[in-house]
Amino acid sequence: MVNRDLLLKRAEELFDAGAVERVLGWTNGEFSYDQSPAVFSNKEDLANFVYDAFCGANLSKYLIEQTRQKKKTAVFLKGCDTFSFNQLLNEKRINRDFVKPIVIGCEGKLDINKIKEKVEGVIEDVSVEGNTVTIKTLDGTYTFDDKREFMLEKCLSCRGIAEVEDAEEIDIEHQFVSDGDRFSMVHKLENMTEDERFAFWQAELSKCIRCNACRNVCPACSCVKCVFDNDQSGVWTKAPADSFEEQCFHIIRAFHVAGRCTDCGECSRVCPSHIPLHLLNRKFIKDSNSLYGEYQAGVETDAVHPLIKYTEQDLDPTKAVAKTEGSNE
Amino acid sequence: MQEVENKEFIPTIVAFCCNWCSYAGADLAGTSRLEYPANVKIIRVPCSCRVNPMFILKAFQSGADGVILCGCHPGDCHYMTGNYYTRRRMSLLFSFLNYLGIEKERTRVEWVSAAEGARFSMVMNDFAAKIKELGENKRLQDLRIKGDR
Repeated sequence: MVNRDLLLKRAEELFDAGAVERVLGWTNGEFSYDQSPAVFSNKEDLANFVYDAFCGANLSKYLIEQTRQKKKTAVFLKGCDTFSFNQLLNEKRINRDFVKPIVIGCEGKLDINKIKEKVEGVIEDVSVEGNTVTIKTLDGTYTFDDKREFMLEKCLSCRGIAEVEDAEEIDIEHQFVSDGDRFSMVHKLENMTEDERFAFWQAELSKCIRCNACRNVCPACSCVKCVFDNDQSGVWTKAPADSFEEQCFHIIRAFHVAGRCTDCGECSRVCPSHIPLHLLNRKFIKDSNSLYGEYQAGVETDAVHPLIKYTEQDLDPTKAVAKTEGSNE
Repeated sequence: MQEVENKEFIPTIVAFCCNWCSYAGADLAGTSRLEYPANVKIIRVPCSCRVNPMFILKAFQSGADGVILCGCHPGDCHYMTGNYYTRRRMSLLFSFLNYLGIEKERTRVEWVSAAEGARFSMVMNDFAAKIKELGENKRLQDLRIKGDR
């Protein structure tokens, strides 16, 4: 496990040296397992700094606001965050002059919902030692040997760390990298019949309560003015009255981030209704890879994504849809 | 008593036509006295790449049973490259709609030039026939709007 004290020490040093005005990190939430992002503005605040197996939140999006205020900010970037960070630099949403990136290792974060399914009683404490997870609840203590069982969906398809220019590195040798196929569930859905797929998505999307958490947490979704805040859009209401609004919101949101989505998986992590939203984004990534060549957003800060370029040999939509369907067999 | 059973299903079709080629193609079809179904509602757009995915969803929401996008042939765009972008966007969007279980036959992109009045009429007749076969759009509908009709 990457050591919290190492990160804390570095943050304190930076404050002492006057190198930064802010530190972006994580702090304790109400429970021992809902660590949330936090901005620390002085050394004393850092007493609340935490870094453990529940610090899944992606911090890169908060840099937009911090650098807009022209505050020199140190930020801790996990593997998945490095992709988002590079992508936001690519889109010129972050002012690089005001950021001090510190890349840190991550051995996979835990999903509290997966833990809750396996244990009984109120969870008091969860500790991770290597691959062993020990969960203390009011009813007793549970020990599990395989950490992967409880890992966040996004960690199960982790691609490691993207290269960040001029970044400090702490403990990056402690990094979990997955060897799994991140498109396996997309494949499975594609191989269903049309009716089955519709039923699957209808069941998932109808759980949506339009809380906008997926939009607000998404690093790619950081427009100053969002189409869904426009009352003319017809989809701005809370609690959808018809299936169309749920579908429309998720189709348009997925389309708007297509090509820019780094597959950081934050949308699924924060969804209170547990909708597998990453499967929507992965469909776009998979199609774009198969039609226009492999592309991973956030690897380079000057890359041009497939939806804003073209070649004269691109397939017509009807043929392209047939190709994406056929690529499964 | 209302006669419901014998009512023939007439699909509503929305066609987004680019100003420079396909809209002129539709015009030529008209002046050449070539028939295309009256239930095709043409919306003129400056370029096929002006069509936002939201337009397509909105058309379905408002009761369309099929949406077709017509633009200049690739290479002939009035703005040089607009339809190339349309092609990529719509490929991904249509494949995505298919992934959500929405019939892939309901959406289509066709290239129609200003000289192809006959092609315009053929494309529209063919598309209207397909949609009629497919039946009413039930998967991307808004019941409140359907109720008003």
